[in-house]
Amino acid sequence: MKPYDKLIQDLAPQKFGMRGKIWVAFLLVVILAALYAYYQQFDKGLIITGMRDYALWGVYISNFVFFVAISLVGSLVTAILRLSGVKWSTPLTRISEVIAVAAIIMAGLTIIIDMGRPDRIYYIFLHGRLQSPIIWDVLVITTYLLISILLLYYPLLPDFAILKKHFSNKPKLSKWYGKLSLKWSGTKKQTSIYNSSIKTLSVLIIPVAFGIHTVTAWLFATTYRPGWDSTNFGPYFIAGAFVAGAGAVVVIMFVLRKIYHLENYITDLHFDKMGKLLVLLCLVYLYFNVNEYLIPAYKSTNEESAHLEELFFGGYAPLFWTVIIGGLIIPVIALVFPKGRKPVPLFIIALLVVLGAWWKRYIIVTPTLLHPFLPIQGVPESWRHYFPTPLEWTITFGTLASALLIMTLLFRYLPIIPIHETAEERGILEQDKTETL
Amino acid sequence: MQEDKKKSRRKFFELGIKFGLLASVGTVAVAKAFDDEDNSEMVELMSTDGHIMQVPASEVHDMGHKQHDGYDPRVGFPDKKFVMVVDLAKCKNALKCQESCNKNHYITGENAWLKVYKMQESEKTAPYFMPTLCQHCDKPPCVKVCPVDATFKRQDGIVLIDNERCIGCRFCMAACPYSTRVFNWNEPDQPEAAHSGAYTPDHTGKPSVKGTVDKCDFCPHKIDMGELPHCVSACPNDVYSFGDIYEDAVTNGSGQTFKLSELLKERSGHRLLEGLGTEPSVYYLPPTERLVEFEEGMENYTEFQSVKKSEE
Repeated sequence: MKPYDKLIQDLAPQKFGMRGKIWVAFLLVVILAALYAYYQQFDKGLIITGMRDYALWGVYISNFVFFVAISLVGSLVTAILRLSGVKWSTPLTRISEVIAVAAIIMAGLTIIIDMGRPDRIYYIFLHGRLQSPIIWDVLVITTYLLISILLLYYPLLPDFAILKKHFSNKPKLSKWYGKLSLKWSGTKKQTSIYNSSIKTLSVLIIPVAFGIHTVTAWLFATTYRPGWDSTNFGPYFIAGAFVAGAGAVVVIMFVLRKIYHLENYITDLHFDKMGKLLVLLCLVYLYFNVNEYLIPAYKSTNEESAHLEELFFGGYAPLFWTVIIGGLIIPVIALVFPKGRKPVPLFIIALLVVLGAWWKRYIIVTPTLLHPFLPIQGVPESWRHYFPTPLEWTITFGTLASALLIMTLLFRYLPIIPIHETAEERGILEQDKTETL
Repeated sequence: MQEDKKKSRRKFFELGIKFGLLASVGTVAVAKAFDDEDNSEMVELMSTDGHIMQVPASEVHDMGHKQHDGYDPRVGFPDKKFVMVVDLAKCKNALKCQESCNKNHYITGENAWLKVYKMQESEKTAPYFMPTLCQHCDKPPCVKVCPVDATFKRQDGIVLIDNERCIGCRFCMAACPYSTRVFNWNEPDQPEAAHSGAYTPDHTGKPSVKGTVDKCDFCPHKIDMGELPHCVSACPNDVYSFGDIYEDAVTNGSGQTFKLSELLKERSGHRLLEGLGTEPSVYYLPPTERLVEFEEGMENYTEFQSVKKSEE
């Protein structure tokens, strides 16, 4: 087989196998359960959650922050690495862009799930006031979604043209790929527009990506609450987001490599590089964590110490230390060694990092709310604690499953590794063209 | 002095109607009255700057509640700025304020809008009871963060919530440092009376709306009738005084009126969490020279309850 044909053969989307079908069915079951739970919530109100007047935000909001955080990886891998001339990241660009699009869609939906009156969602556009950080969030998330979709789509144009040809024996599929390719034929003019568009989008997406997560941090930092009232919050969230996103890329590239046998394209080198990147990101995040916790602890104002004691020694301490040690310190130590950056260990560590990142958002959102300025009095004892109810968990798992389903479907129909770019990099595209011409 | 106080109190309540009357009569009417003096009997009216003037009775028309014709609950009463003073020295946690507030705002949840906290700054300082309600801040953090203009600040200083606008994001609750905002987590199980009449934001709780935020509204519906807020009139110990900052006068539940500036000066008034810069409209007088024993109030103290469950 010619190298070019082999490349397409390897990278063209494949039908779900048995495992794929079971996986999709599983996700659908989780999503259906979540829809049922959401119906309960819509009908009865947010009373079905563990939230009350003190713990007024809970797992929905921390899950929302997690989704926004994960979505930042699109800008990291596709934009920052691309613009800094890193060549090895090519096979990971599509994976990270797919993660970004799925996560940002689910971030938007999750915030609606948290609303007491989802039926009034359009009021945000009808009566929106620019001074509210929520409006900034709406603006910047929609902008980011749009740029992310474009940044996913543009590099796909040549791939769609390739797939149209490849699937010529399946006219329906071929027709769709053809339509999506926007008549891509690889002329000089097209290539020039294509390259400059991607470059422009890559530049554009960086400030917008910083924007979404900074604004998300500001949802908390614009209040007076101890634990949130911090000028560190914007960069602290950004640093954490890159950790979570890089972790997610590692996890997903490992799974995809295994299922689709992409060992020739996602090599040990990629794991090694991602591992190194993850160490760097973890260290930066650790640095921000030191700032975030140590300085208030040093000053120990009454409000801050009530909050910090709860985290360091109180009810949230097991979770807090598990997240800091298991989700940050151990990964840093393990990934410093080359052995730790081999695919399997890195996959396990990245899984820890992603799990840690999810719980980290939980302990950013909840404990603060349980330490208001005035003491908690005059409400049932149970209102002094918060833990999500089973229905709340169901809905939350539903959003996570939805994000995974979006990714699964995109990976089903899009080439996971950019075919055109890979061919160009390996110098086998020209060859093929001259042969077929 | 006493006379003065009475006058200023009366002024506070009747200003609205008189201003309205004067406006309706207008200068033309006054001029006309001078033209044919023998026309009819005269009535006395007081102008806004305190001058008594005579106007022919025939020119005076009863306007009923028309003084607030076109009164917009989002804009508030003109030329008013409401203020409350809470005298911590008098509070013995009788909780009549809370009871009255709960009843008149049809509060059926588990968190009252008006709460009496048991406070103690540090181990060696004396404990005291501190009633809190919405502080109606002049720089309200809740209003700042609301994405849809559901909670708003009126020209008369009152901060209200439009329950037909609120999308239930609860950002205002996170922003409020005084924890005075309450969410309707489920469909409020309110009595029928809560559902009478058309919804207006100036009587919060009538009705409460599932998935939206509620809080103390400073009772504009009572002010509109020239009455004091429910908590003020219900308090047996005259803890609360309510009034208009422009008139520099506040009135307590027994009908005594005080000069606000003097009261705050003499009794060293302060506001809660002043350092945050929220500029509340509620002032507190320190719990010094207390009239009542703190322990007395402990009889009523319930740590986990602020709304009595309706009897089934």
